[in-house]
Amino acid sequence: MINLPIIPLLIPLLTGIILMFIPKKVKLQRVISLIASLITVGAAVILVNKVYKDGIQTVNLSSWDAPFGITLVSDMLSALLVLTTSIIALATIIYSFRSIGEEREKFYYYPVVQFLLVGVLGAFSTGDIFNMFVFFEVMLMASYVLLVLGGTKIQLRETIKYLLVNVISSALFVIAVGYLYSIVGTLNMAHISLRISEIGQTGILTVIAILFMIVFGIKGAIFPLYFWLPGSYYAPPVPVMALFGALLTKVGVYSIMRTYSLFFYHDRGYTYQILIVLSILTIIFGIIGAIAYWDVKKIIIYNIIIAIGVILFGFAVTTEAGLSGSIYYLIHDMIIKAALFLLIGMMIAITGTSDLRKMGGLIKTYPGLAWTFFIAALALAGIPPLSGFVGKLLIVQGGFSSEYYLGTAIVLASSLFVLFSVMKIFINGFWGIPKTFKGEEKVPVRSLLIAPVILIVLSVLYGVGSEAINPFISQAVETLSNPTIYIEAVLKE
Amino acid sequence: MKSNDIILQTITKVTLFVIILFSIHLFFAGHYYPGGGFIGGLMTSGAIVLLLLAYDLKTVAKILPVDFKIVAAVGLLFAVGTGAGSLLFNVPFLTHAFGDMNIPLLGETSLHTATLFDLGVYLVVIGVTMTIIQTIGESE
Repeated sequence: MINLPIIPLLIPLLTGIILMFIPKKVKLQRVISLIASLITVGAAVILVNKVYKDGIQTVNLSSWDAPFGITLVSDMLSALLVLTTSIIALATIIYSFRSIGEEREKFYYYPVVQFLLVGVLGAFSTGDIFNMFVFFEVMLMASYVLLVLGGTKIQLRETIKYLLVNVISSALFVIAVGYLYSIVGTLNMAHISLRISEIGQTGILTVIAILFMIVFGIKGAIFPLYFWLPGSYYAPPVPVMALFGALLTKVGVYSIMRTYSLFFYHDRGYTYQILIVLSILTIIFGIIGAIAYWDVKKIIIYNIIIAIGVILFGFAVTTEAGLSGSIYYLIHDMIIKAALFLLIGMMIAITGTSDLRKMGGLIKTYPGLAWTFFIAALALAGIPPLSGFVGKLLIVQGGFSSEYYLGTAIVLASSLFVLFSVMKIFINGFWGIPKTFKGEEKVPVRSLLIAPVILIVLSVLYGVGSEAINPFISQAVETLSNPTIYIEAVLKE
Repeated sequence: MKSNDIILQTITKVTLFVIILFSIHLFFAGHYYPGGGFIGGLMTSGAIVLLLLAYDLKTVAKILPVDFKIVAAVGLLFAVGTGAGSLLFNVPFLTHAFGDMNIPLLGETSLHTATLFDLGVYLVVIGVTMTIIQTIGESE
């Protein structure tokens, strides 16, 4: 099957189109999207397995050879991210059944979720820089719709901000690609890398590197460019928030990792230094936000920003340990953020408020929810047997071995604050005297809990079985630290 | 005062067909000359917009009893289906096929599956444009 890398994004695309024909048949839509996302997960598993066995998989679309057509490239990093994305999509779709509401379901909710997936999976698996822009737009268009769908006042206000920021960053993306194209004269990422290594990273290419950092930094919310995220992610309903929090920013992070490891690795002194400083500042500002708020959504949202900083720090120290740590942490963080958003969504549904001071005593009536949240909180902070540990350990190891002591100390300290911020939710929300909340009985706790439990089980397995996952991660690191593997797989010299 | 737009409506009846013919011409010319699915679709929807200007939403809905959202979905299905068809022959996605075929009446004609993809684009453009215009026109 030579088309394997495209299958995981072809399935959601076809599903989205089919669902457009039946907007009013909610039950049928649910069944179709559930089946489709199961198949997507299956296809992603096969893809990971194939890449693990036979190395990087490429498809030259339309049978045009590599630098001339669009190439889809699945190396281990992108295959793993594709798998994680499809699992998260499955979980959020299951969660949506009981939480999103018929009104939204009848107005193309499920098709748009599928299109969002097409964008995310496409951005992860493309090998062409302009095609990456197109997939970014597919993803962003779908996210605009998901953000505004429902039309409450806060959604309308935040969508305008989100749209404005992303239109500007997309324009910058086009400009950056234009500059790059005028210098190297190609859009295929492997070919760009080859051309850059021929001419060396001159001053103008460093400028373009910074421009790419700004573009992907806006998408991925790194320090001075994260200003839009807390407001915009606050507005949509919970499953959408989980999709956004788990997937969208990570696409920006992936793009920084991809472009910086493939294009701009020749003159690391300047660009990587900036990346390190910015990632540390991102962590600090994320921490400030995470411990400042008494609003559960805000706390988790600022935790996204912290994680972005940690991942980028691990990437930018460029030791092998740091790289594999950042990939470990990236996958862990996608799973755990989705789970946390779904869990706080249940808390909000039960209590009818997102203010921690008005909650309390949930553990008496909802022990399952409470202990799931507890495990998620520990995993997020990186307590040893759980999934956040290995990634952060490797990042810290990488940081120390390349002598960024202050930065590494901040990464370590950030765990403490992360733990503090989520334990604040746990202590204030679940402990204390039980209160009664309006409309509590109507919340289908059992069926809502399925999706976060799936994710938490996966995250625990990911943590416990990190030894088994290690060969996959080290294969991903290999292509990141050695771009010639990627170039040879694409251009087949 | 009741306005009388008989001149507009009569001219619309004549020009409508000219515009649609031109849009179809643009659509089919796309492979060898400037044109293609996008501009063809825009011009076809331009013709329908002219109809909307001369008459009103209800009349146009009666003349063209189609749901334009479905038109867009059908267009997408055409485009993706053309690409996915190549999966059946185990060649990379979007690989097109072409050949000269002998069609009755037209004789020897060269046919290319890229036209089907273009037809998808054409339908999507019509569907999207008309959905936007109708939705804005309907909302008060």
